[in-house]
Amino acid sequence: MIYLRLFFEFFKTGLFAVGGGMATLPFLYSMSDKTGWFSHGQLADMVAVSESTPGPIGVNMATYVGFTTAGVPGALVATLGLITPSIIIILIIAGVLQAFRQNRYVDAAFYGLRPCSVGLIAAAGVLVLKLALLDTELFAQTGAWPDLVNGKGLILAVLLLFLTRWCKPTKKLHPIVFILLSAGAGVLFSF
Amino acid sequence: MKLLAQLFLAFAKIGAMTFGGGYAMIPFLERELVEKRGWTSSEKLMDYYAVGQCTPGVIAVNTATFVGQSMAGVAGGIAATLGVVFPSLVIICVIAGVLSNFADIPAVKSAFAGIRVCVCVLIFNAVVKLWKNAVPDKGALLLCLGVFALSVFFDISPVVFVLFCGAAGILFTQWGVRGK
Repeated sequence: MIYLRLFFEFFKTGLFAVGGGMATLPFLYSMSDKTGWFSHGQLADMVAVSESTPGPIGVNMATYVGFTTAGVPGALVATLGLITPSIIIILIIAGVLQAFRQNRYVDAAFYGLRPCSVGLIAAAGVLVLKLALLDTELFAQTGAWPDLVNGKGLILAVLLLFLTRWCKPTKKLHPIVFILLSAGAGVLFSF
Repeated sequence: MKLLAQLFLAFAKIGAMTFGGGYAMIPFLERELVEKRGWTSSEKLMDYYAVGQCTPGVIAVNTATFVGQSMAGVAGGIAATLGVVFPSLVIICVIAGVLSNFADIPAVKSAFAGIRVCVCVLIFNAVVKLWKNAVPDKGALLLCLGVFALSVFFDISPVVFVLFCGAAGILFTQWGVRGK
């Protein structure tokens, strides 16, 4: 029963992904490995689509995965699965908001959870990096080191790093600008 | 019933206007909930947002449930949450439907190969931004690097890391390792 599994997998993501946005990404990679519903490549594309459309990234990703796996009903079920744990948890702690915020165990647990979230997101980033910048297939065939790195991709990555981190006038621009720029570069230089 | 419909609509508007979620949401929440409707105060909104950040799940969804609940109980929480996800459901289904028809065109493939490079950079930037708040001392650094290395080299479910690090956070604090 694909709908039940979609609901369950996204329920788990909603329950354990702490820190919002990209924090859902490691769970989606793990889901991709386990279920085969979508490939790592599709997941990277989903990140781009989610970043370029309105709405919270986590919700967009759930809808996208649900839709590609089982159409509109799949999108509904996956999104409901993702938000159900939030609704339950928030409704429970809403009554004890102050006590929750000041509880030292909650605070201590989150001291451990925040670096965990960063480590997981960085590891998911490595998977996208492999996909976007390394050509392991060609390298396995030829064994020549220059074949391992996708040169065009590397140049684009350096340019984007410069534009998003150091170049003052472009730093604050919305991610969609850089996504469109990269799509253009991809088509123009046939990546 | 009228209030529930209002909650749904207000949060649907917020969901439709915020790109990327997270911090981008705050100005929209302020304008819609505090300035225009007077449903809550700025201070309360920041409280909800702070708790929404440090509870599991999507921050925008958590904040919506909070505000809805404070306005109209459990039903209000659910109405606001459904509102905030509604635009995503519609927009993403349309895009996904369109994309699946074009995904095999070579130009589209090249475009997405370029976009993946950009996604790398965006994830890297997200990590750098989160790092500043998440890794204040050596204990946190150890957890972060440990999770990163184990997760890259071994096939371990993220759930395991989350449970382990929550426990480690409590133990580190008890042992007085925290802040050193």
